[in-house]
Amino acid sequence: MTRVHDMGGRFGDGAIRPESEDDPVFAEDWHARALAVTLASGFLGQWNIDVSRHARERLSPKDYTRFSYYEKWISGLADLLVDNGVLTLDDLRDASEGDHPLSARMLKADAVAGALAKGGPADRPSNIAIKFEIGQDVRTAHPTANRLVDGGHTRLPIYAAGAKGRVLRLHGTHVLPDSNAHGLGEAPEPLYAVVFPASELWADPEHPNDEVVLDLWQSYLEPL
Amino acid sequence: MPHDDHDHPHALLPPEPALRVKALETILTRKGLIDPAALDEIIDTYQNKIGPNNGARVVAKAWADSAFKHALLQDATAAVADLGYYGRQGEHMVVVENTPEQHNMVVCTLCSCYPWPLLGIPPGWYKSDAYRARAVREPRKVLSEFGVSLPKDTSVRVWDSTAEIRYLVLPIRPDGTEGLSEDELAALVTRDSMIGTGLPKVRS
Repeated sequence: MTRVHDMGGRFGDGAIRPESEDDPVFAEDWHARALAVTLASGFLGQWNIDVSRHARERLSPKDYTRFSYYEKWISGLADLLVDNGVLTLDDLRDASEGDHPLSARMLKADAVAGALAKGGPADRPSNIAIKFEIGQDVRTAHPTANRLVDGGHTRLPIYAAGAKGRVLRLHGTHVLPDSNAHGLGEAPEPLYAVVFPASELWADPEHPNDEVVLDLWQSYLEPL
Repeated sequence: MPHDDHDHPHALLPPEPALRVKALETILTRKGLIDPAALDEIIDTYQNKIGPNNGARVVAKAWADSAFKHALLQDATAAVADLGYYGRQGEHMVVVENTPEQHNMVVCTLCSCYPWPLLGIPPGWYKSDAYRARAVREPRKVLSEFGVSLPKDTSVRVWDSTAEIRYLVLPIRPDGTEGLSEDELAALVTRDSMIGTGLPKVRS
């Protein structure tokens, strides 16, 4: 079982409302602020991208569903700051001014361009041998679950669990989110793009030739 | 470890979202953990400097320059870095080419992964539950809501961005654009055509 964020294939969400390409990047000023506060806080170096994704996923299903996109971000951030010891619950109630041991790491305005341009690549050398060839048939794990931490972060969506697909590309060896989201190390392993016929995933696919591709780590896959 | 056994700390902040953001920004600023001027800089970057114009330049160059297109399809990260496009949420790029036989479309069902250095911050619909839920199961109905209908012989391949690989769609170059400059071609490339929910503009 996964969490509420794992919604691929779900019924009932209604129509999509396309927006004009000329619409503002941020519909509200606070959206921009929420994004910027989250990014700047990340540069304190107290968590990685997998931890921060998991913080949003760990919002209760009720909150995840009722919160707008940037409410999820800001609420996930508040939880991250406390869970990682950056702030205390008392700080959230009433923050006093004062020195903080992490303030030397504060992202300064003149460092922003360089920090954003630098990025954070996720490929790493790995001593795990590549197991699958391009073109090889594979099956995804079933049930979907983090095998290291019960209820933990994973990137195999439930709609693709136990599905038969074919390796399309090898992306190299990448940090394993299931481990990295829980402070268990980066545990890099081979990452593949795997293509699935729509008929393998859905009871009533729209077209016999349609396909879905997912990026999946080697430990999510078994040979057929 | 998942912390499912206590009340979430965020509940201590004001419930109204704009106030919630403001409260957290104030707390972090008082503690010397964030610099409001740095926030302004981040916002300016994604509001004014990095957006779909970058991706449009890449697409236009691929349409105009077959050697570049070849390099782009082989190793997009290196090819777009040569044009100066690299950075957060674009560290591992893959470009997928539309053909008369196959149309590509990109989604992130689990969150909102998107190639920031080439397209900027994703539009609201890309992050919506409806798009995340439906794009993988019924891409053709989704496309119809964007006003796009494909020939019946064209298959659809949907890319669900489940890792740190970021996908950009290379749309089909519109007919009647022979002899156009890269700038003129770039003006035909829409954001949605690079996500795969739209097609390039037709030249008027």
